[in-house]
Amino acid sequence: MTFSNSAELLSFHWVAYSIYSALIISVIAWFGYNLTRKEKAKSIVRIPFYSYIAFLVAGGVGHHIFTYNTIPWVSQDITRHNITPDALYTFEMENQKWIGLPKNRIIVECGQTIGFDVHSRDLVYGFGLFRQDGSLVMQMQVNPGTDVNGILDSNDILWTFNHNGVFDLRSTEYSGPRAYGEHGEDLLLVKEFMEVVGCKKDGGKK
Amino acid sequence: MSFKENLINGTNFDHKSLNALQKVTLRAVVVSFLFYGLVAIEGMIMRLVVTGDANPLPDMFSHPDHYFSIMTVHPIVGIFGSTYQLVFAAFMFLVPFLTKKPLYSVKLANWVWGLITGGTILAWLAAFFWQYAPLYTLYWPLPADTAQFSAIGGIVFIIGVALIMLGTFGFIYNIYATIFQKVGVHANKTTKELLISGFAIDGMLNLWHKLRGKQPYSKEPALALPVVAIFRGTVDTFLDAIVILSAGVLVLVYLLFDLGGSPLDVASIDALLYKNYFWWGLDLVADGLVLIYVAGSWYLLATLITGQKLFMENVARAALMLELLVSWMVWSHHLLADQGQPEMMKLISGEMVTAFELLTQGLALFITLVTLWKARPLKMTMELKYLLGGLVGFGLAVPAAIIQADMGMNRVLHNTQWIIGAHVHIALIVGLYMTLYSAVYVLWPIVTNNTKLYSSKLSNTHFWLHLIGGIGMGAFMGMAGLDGMLRRHLYVDGEFNTFMILAAISGSMILLAWVLFLANIILSVGIKGLIGIFLPSEDKTASYGIEPEVVAENHKV
Repeated sequence: MTFSNSAELLSFHWVAYSIYSALIISVIAWFGYNLTRKEKAKSIVRIPFYSYIAFLVAGGVGHHIFTYNTIPWVSQDITRHNITPDALYTFEMENQKWIGLPKNRIIVECGQTIGFDVHSRDLVYGFGLFRQDGSLVMQMQVNPGTDVNGILDSNDILWTFNHNGVFDLRSTEYSGPRAYGEHGEDLLLVKEFMEVVGCKKDGGKK
Repeated sequence: MSFKENLINGTNFDHKSLNALQKVTLRAVVVSFLFYGLVAIEGMIMRLVVTGDANPLPDMFSHPDHYFSIMTVHPIVGIFGSTYQLVFAAFMFLVPFLTKKPLYSVKLANWVWGLITGGTILAWLAAFFWQYAPLYTLYWPLPADTAQFSAIGGIVFIIGVALIMLGTFGFIYNIYATIFQKVGVHANKTTKELLISGFAIDGMLNLWHKLRGKQPYSKEPALALPVVAIFRGTVDTFLDAIVILSAGVLVLVYLLFDLGGSPLDVASIDALLYKNYFWWGLDLVADGLVLIYVAGSWYLLATLITGQKLFMENVARAALMLELLVSWMVWSHHLLADQGQPEMMKLISGEMVTAFELLTQGLALFITLVTLWKARPLKMTMELKYLLGGLVGFGLAVPAAIIQADMGMNRVLHNTQWIIGAHVHIALIVGLYMTLYSAVYVLWPIVTNNTKLYSSKLSNTHFWLHLIGGIGMGAFMGMAGLDGMLRRHLYVDGEFNTFMILAAISGSMILLAWVLFLANIILSVGIKGLIGIFLPSEDKTASYGIEPEVVAENHKV
């Protein structure tokens, strides 16, 4: 099992967490009901204390093992400095503006791994790609700062695109009210910033 | 008794019968719930603004300066003005009550609520008049960005936060001074014994001795378990206050230099390092203070409701010690989207140590549930209902936190409404506040000298509205987050208005619940009683339910 993009992951997460929520609410409700009953409730299942502890430990650790093995961008993120992207886009942010963005829409071929390296000259910003339905493809924080030689700090991410789509660019971190127009319009929103082409309908290379 | 009579005189409340400790507790509780109402209204305003065309509010609320000013003070008023105030008041009453000793200083307790109230009002005014809006995260160098914000507004805001932290230090001093007083049952205890018990080391040693087949290290621990939780949580409260205060001083220095015409270079402070420092402190509020205080409150409530000993008390004590270490090492889960953060810190602090919170909180949930279960059948009182509601809240919010504290999930959840809805608001509104409401109902007869509540129907309606509204609001915000809605962002075109309208409906249930709760309290104590709470107490006793000689002994000290 591997999630090929964030939409698949978030759908899975939506279902799994909803089931869990219904379960925990039901368990406490059942528990509360039986607390008040005079006749002894029959246990549905007996869970020994140490099994419960083992379950919590397994849940906490197992969750990360599961995501590491099913979400491809985790290992790619950790080893990104050893991976050469198919294309690298570098740009800056200052005074609530993007600086040096490509003049034309970025076109990405299906399956390509793209690097984005964003530098901030003043405040903390964010870098996020969004589908046309508003859902999030991925994001990272963009911190300001320089090294000892005065070179701006990198905020870099690699992303492999497996599904067709046209993506907007937004800053995902608040950088003050000046990031918005008088009537609240987002000044850091770049519509149709990039497009992924050449994938099959369900994702993956043709 | 007529409605009017109740409104003026209450049921059988007599403020003159209250001693100094009871009055100072009630003063903070009253102010806390007033701030709670303000927070609920602020939350509703923000929720309505993002509904786009469905927003019935005037245009001024959609203006970014205004909107983000509200977003900045919303957590300040909620966390400090309301929650801190309520928790501090409860603990400054409970520690003397549980240790059977007088509170170290009622005067200091009065300063605590006064400072926190004054500080919260100042911070709120800074946002209202100067629209100072760097948000509670204060990400460097935004709070010192005088191109966007008024330096005067910033200074007023920081002074407000500093006053809150001074009040917090007052609380901490009062708690520890009370615990370490060598009077009453602790007259013959040494500081070392109290320290060992306070840090729950006796619980760990008891477990160790049991494993080795030896007699327990301590059959009668010096401090009751809830006091240990307060002792432990207060360590984190102290560290967190130091961090917030020092960050405030840093911002203040920059703003003062700016006002003086010689601005300092904001680039001298490394933004990522600052983020680490600030989140280390801020996270102690959530992962240290809240979880430990809450665990302690559950244990106390379970034992008071059942009248029985806590199940697996030594394990519970040891878990509190474990939580101390865990809470200091988990801040990196807030920095999983920061690419400059070392990967090992993300992995160890952000993921692995954070996962331990599932264990510690799961353990607290288990111990509380079993303690209740062993005492059944129980009457479904208001305090029990709220306690179960609190357990549901954390049962939902803690796993949500563990899920998002993951490098894979965080890439698509960070800074979305999922974090603030499904995790933060469920944890606070459902988990924390329902636990606190349970404590309010348990302590009500003790603190008010058996004042009859005006209406149990109102209490019940409050419970259901709060529970359903709280879970509903968190859930709909969370769903919007999964659809890509950001948390610190202004949406004016109604992009997520279906979820936001549903969240607003749920939010209005919470607001209505608060109105009903407040009405019930006012009709119980009456307006005269409410004013009387703030008048000086004739009875200067700083304790509740202890022998007069202990009080006299303390007065000698």
